[in-house]
Amino acid sequence: MEVTLRIKRFDPERDQAPTYKDYTVKCAPTDRVLDLLNEIKWYQDGTLTYRRSCAHGVCGSDAMLINGVNRLACKVLVKDLASPIVVEPLRGFPVIKDLVVDMTGFFAAYRSVKPWLINNEPAPARERLQSPKDRERFDDGTKCILCAACTTSCPSFWANPEYIGPAAIVNAHRFIFDSRDQGAEERLNVLNQTEGVWRCRTIFNCTDACPRDIEVTRLIQDVKRSILVGKA
Amino acid sequence: MGAIELSRQGVDVAVVSKLYPTRSHTGAAQGGIGAALANVEEDHAHWHAFDTVKGSDYLADQDAVEIMCRDAIEIVYELEHMGLPFSRDAEGRIAQRRFGGHTKEFGKAPVHRACYAADRTGHMILQTLYQQCLKHGVRFFDEYHMLDLVFQGDRCVGIVAYELATGQIHTMYAKAVLLATGGFGRMFKITSNALALTGDGPAIVWRKGLPLEDMEFFQFHPTGIYKLGILLSEAARGEGAILINGRGERFMERYAPTIKDLAPRDMVSRAIHREIMEGRGINGEDYVYMDHRHLGKDVIEERLPDITDFIRTYLGIDPVSELVPIQPTAHYAMGGIPTDVDGRVISDAGNTPVPGLYAAGECACVSVHGANRLGTNSLVDIVVFGRRAGRHIAEFVRTVDMPSPETGSDPAEPTRKLLQSILDSTGGERPADIRKEMQEEMMMHASVSREEKGLRQVQEVLAQLRQRYQNIQIEDKGKQFNIELMEAVELGFLLDCAEALVACALNRTESRGAHYRTDYPNRDDENWLKHTLIYRNGQGLEFKYKPVVITQFQPQERTY
Repeated sequence: MEVTLRIKRFDPERDQAPTYKDYTVKCAPTDRVLDLLNEIKWYQDGTLTYRRSCAHGVCGSDAMLINGVNRLACKVLVKDLASPIVVEPLRGFPVIKDLVVDMTGFFAAYRSVKPWLINNEPAPARERLQSPKDRERFDDGTKCILCAACTTSCPSFWANPEYIGPAAIVNAHRFIFDSRDQGAEERLNVLNQTEGVWRCRTIFNCTDACPRDIEVTRLIQDVKRSILVGKA
Repeated sequence: MGAIELSRQGVDVAVVSKLYPTRSHTGAAQGGIGAALANVEEDHAHWHAFDTVKGSDYLADQDAVEIMCRDAIEIVYELEHMGLPFSRDAEGRIAQRRFGGHTKEFGKAPVHRACYAADRTGHMILQTLYQQCLKHGVRFFDEYHMLDLVFQGDRCVGIVAYELATGQIHTMYAKAVLLATGGFGRMFKITSNALALTGDGPAIVWRKGLPLEDMEFFQFHPTGIYKLGILLSEAARGEGAILINGRGERFMERYAPTIKDLAPRDMVSRAIHREIMEGRGINGEDYVYMDHRHLGKDVIEERLPDITDFIRTYLGIDPVSELVPIQPTAHYAMGGIPTDVDGRVISDAGNTPVPGLYAAGECACVSVHGANRLGTNSLVDIVVFGRRAGRHIAEFVRTVDMPSPETGSDPAEPTRKLLQSILDSTGGERPADIRKEMQEEMMMHASVSREEKGLRQVQEVLAQLRQRYQNIQIEDKGKQFNIELMEAVELGFLLDCAEALVACALNRTESRGAHYRTDYPNRDDENWLKHTLIYRNGQGLEFKYKPVVITQFQPQERTY
C-alpha cells in the first residue's frame, strides 16, 4: 500500500517559519510510523530530522504528534491511522529542528521532584523487605520512560510552561508511595507550590497520551490528596 | 554504575552520551539480573559460576566469572538499596525466576536465580542508575556523540565529541575515559538492538591500532518477534512458555532433554534454525511458534506485561489465546574491547593495560561470557564491572596529572576532516543502500550458522561496501541536529565491526557457543580453547591469541 505523510518541517538554519511537506511512501499496514520516517530519511529526504532509538516503545525517544495525538512513532501502526498521516513535533516545547524539541525544561522539572530514593537509615545486609501490596502501590509510575507525551498533551502546560507537568508528578508519585522512601514531605512541598499539582485541571489528556498506559491523572490526584489529607 | 562509584568517591565525573541517558538500550533488557540470592530455593554463587562457564562453552575466563557471580549478590542488594523496584515474593524479598542455562547442582534442574522487576528489569536498572547519578551530582553531556579518543603517547587523555545541538566538535580532556557504548547488533537485518547500537566504542578503539577480542561470538536470541526482531524475553520460557514447530512438536525435548526450552540461547537458536532448515518451520517458512497459552492470563499479564504489550501491538494477536511467531534475532556481542577484571583496556595477549582507558558492558570483553552469554548475565556484567572500573579509576586518577592540550597539534583534526569529507562528498552513494546490503549479507552468512564459502562471500561484499563507503553522499549539510551525518559516521563504525567479526569467524575453524561452522561442527579444545585478538595494521588484519583462564571447571562436553 501507499500512504502520504504530511510532516511539519522547520530548519532553524534556513526557515523563518515551519512548513508542511508531503511524502508518499510504500509500506505494509503493519509498519510503524517510525518505519515510514526512516524510509523517508534514508531514501527520499535525508534532511528530515527526528529522535529515535529502540524502535519498540521502551526508550521514549520518538514521542511526537501523530494525527493530532501524542504517540510514540515506533508504537503506532499505519493500519490504525487515517491518511494522510500528519506528523508534528510535541506541543509546548521549543522546536529545535523538524520533530526534535528542546527537552531541557522537561528534565529540569523531573529533577526538581528529587527522583531518587530518599532513605537515610543504614541499609540492611540483604534487601529491604517490601510486601507485594506495598510494591504494587507505586507500580504504575515505575513504567514511565520520560517520553514527555503526557506533559506535552496537557492544556495547562501549554498555557503555562512553568507548570511542573504530569511526568514530573508521576515520578514524584513513584517515590512518595514507595514504602522504602522517606522523602515524601520534601517532594510534596515542591508539588504544593504555585507551579505544582494544583495547575492540573483533571483533563485526562495525559492519561490518554501515555504510551505505557500509566493512569497519569489518577496518580496526580493521589498526590493532591496526599497534600490535603496526608499520604494514604 | 562507574559514574556513581566515582562520584561517591569525590571524583569529578561526567557522562557523555549520544542519546539522553534514559534512552540507552539497557532499558530494553527484560527478564532479570542473575544472582544466587537463594530467595526461592537453595543456590550458590559457585553454581552460578559453573553455569556461566558451561554456558560460555568454556571460553569465559573463570577468574572473572568467579568475581562476577560473587559480586552479583551484593550488587543486587545495593541496587535494591538504591531504590530499584524489584518484584517481591510473599515474604517481601526480591522475586526470582528461572532462566535459560541457570541450574542447580551443576546442571541437574533449572533454578530460580533471575531477580526481576516484571519483564522490565533493565528499564528499572537504567532509571535507578540515572536517578542515583542525579542524586550524586554527576554532570551529563546529553546528545554529545563520541567520535574519537585522544591519546598522548600510549596514554588515553580524553575524547572528541560532536555536539548534536550545535554541530560543534569538542575535545574533552580527562585523567581517565570509561567506554560504555554498548553493542553493534545493527550490522544484522533482524535484531533486537536499538538503532543507536552501532559499535562506536569498539570501532574507535580498533582504529587506534588496539585489538578487539572474540568478535566471532555474536549471540542470536531465540525469540525475536517474526520479521521485526523485537525481543520477547527468555522470562516467557522461564515462566513456562514452550517452543513448537510446524508439526506441533515441542522440539527442544530432542535437543536438550533435561532443561528443554530453558537451554542456553545459542543451542535454542541453533535448534530453531535446524527445524526451519529441515522443513519443520510453521508452514515450511522461516519461523516457529512460542506458546504461552497454558500459563493463563494472570501470569502472562502480571509477570510478562511488556512483552504481552509488544505482541498485541506489533502482531495484533493475544498471547493468552494465540501462538506467537518467533525467529532468532541478533542480540548481543560477547566480544568487544578486551579488558581485565578492573575494566582496564588491554593492548596484547600479555594483558598490558592502556593507561587511562577503560571499558565495561557489552562494548567490552572481560571475558565473562566466552562463546555464549547466559540470559541475565549482561545486567550482572554492566553493574559489576562498571563498578569495578569506577573503583579502579578512582585510584588511578590520584596517581596522574590532569592532561593538558599538546601545543601544535589538534586532536580533533581527524574528526573534523572525516565530517567535512562526508559533508563535501558528491560521490552519490546512499548510506542506506550500503547499510541494507551489509545487514542482509551478515544475516545470510554470518549469523546463527556459518561456513567458509558464505563467510568468504560476505567478506568480499564488505570490502566492496567499504570502498563504496568512501563515496557516500548526504543531503543534510546543516550544523544543528545533523542526524544524517551521524548515521553516516555510525555506518563506518558498523562496517569496521562487521569486518572484524567476519574475519574472526573465518579464522576460527571450530564450532563453539554462538559461533557455529557447518564445515567444522565440533568444538576443538586442542587448537581453539583460546581467545582471538584481532588487530588492523595498515591494510592487513593480524590475529593473536590469549589463553583462557581456567580455575576450577575443566572443559567437558556441553549437554543439557
